[in-house]
Amino acid sequence: MHGLLSEYLPIIVFIALAAVIGIVLLVAPFLVAYKSPDPEKLSAYECGFNAFDDARMKFDVRFYLVSILFIIFDLEVAFLFPWAVAFGTIGWFGFWSMMIFLGVLTVGFVYEWKKGALEWD
Amino acid sequence: MIVQAIFFYIFAAVLVGSAFAVVSARNPVHSVLFLILAFFNAAGLFVLMGAEFLAMLLVVVYVGAVAVLFLFVVMMLDVDFAELRRGGLDYLPIGTVIGGLLLVEMLMVVGGWVLDPTLIGKGASPVAAASTNVAAIGALLYTKYVFFFQAAGLVLLVAMIGAIVLTLRHKPFVKRQNVADQVARGPATSIEFVSVETGKGI
Repeated sequence: MHGLLSEYLPIIVFIALAAVIGIVLLVAPFLVAYKSPDPEKLSAYECGFNAFDDARMKFDVRFYLVSILFIIFDLEVAFLFPWAVAFGTIGWFGFWSMMIFLGVLTVGFVYEWKKGALEWD
Repeated sequence: MIVQAIFFYIFAAVLVGSAFAVVSARNPVHSVLFLILAFFNAAGLFVLMGAEFLAMLLVVVYVGAVAVLFLFVVMMLDVDFAELRRGGLDYLPIGTVIGGLLLVEMLMVVGGWVLDPTLIGKGASPVAAASTNVAAIGALLYTKYVFFFQAAGLVLLVAMIGAIVLTLRHKPFVKRQNVADQVARGPATSIEFVSVETGKGI
């Protein structure tokens, strides 16, 4: 157990370094940069105009569809990893078990392709 | 060992703090970002328990995909930021009551659990101690627990078809690209020579 955790020490070092660099880059401008704020300088504008509208508008529901289809195939790939590692020990039964799993999801893939869910419009 | 304990308390404290921030943040986008922080700390706890594969899966699937999905769902809401300025913890009393009830029930169940001493060490599937985490999962998931594996596949299929049926609305009269038609098109079908008489149109 201890050997496994000590392999993660470089990751901890990297995360700590990234946090330090990020915080320094955020804090340093407050300390060193020259500031003279002005209402006109601080006001929002779009290419020289005043802002027309609020930036927070509703997203199209199709982003949601793309995202959920991505999650499903992401999970499919996640199931493939332990299968590949244990491929030598699980034999033909394990092989066909995964093939049926992939076949079921391929049915869904063909369905979404034929319905045009992969097209934007 | 002491380092392990220190990291456990760091991860656990940040996890609980960010979970509280998820329910108390006024801006739903901030809630989702705190949820991502909670996922990362849960992944750290998994690593401390030696479940490396689950930790990486938590980062890849939950942080990489589920959190993005939550962000899209939050963006689809019509968020009224003036409305959000009012207190974010209006539901704190009833939430505390329900959470306290759940805690008491769990304590009663776990506290009343008496394990037969002869059962210890006879887990459902003892795994060879030398094998790695991911190999141990792979050795069991596809053969011994094949029913649950296939059921997971069917659940994913239902989710895929359900998402398409519920959200897919094609606009009428949209011209789509048909690559096969475009490639099969040749000079014979696309060019026509017309001899036009002088002074008349086509």
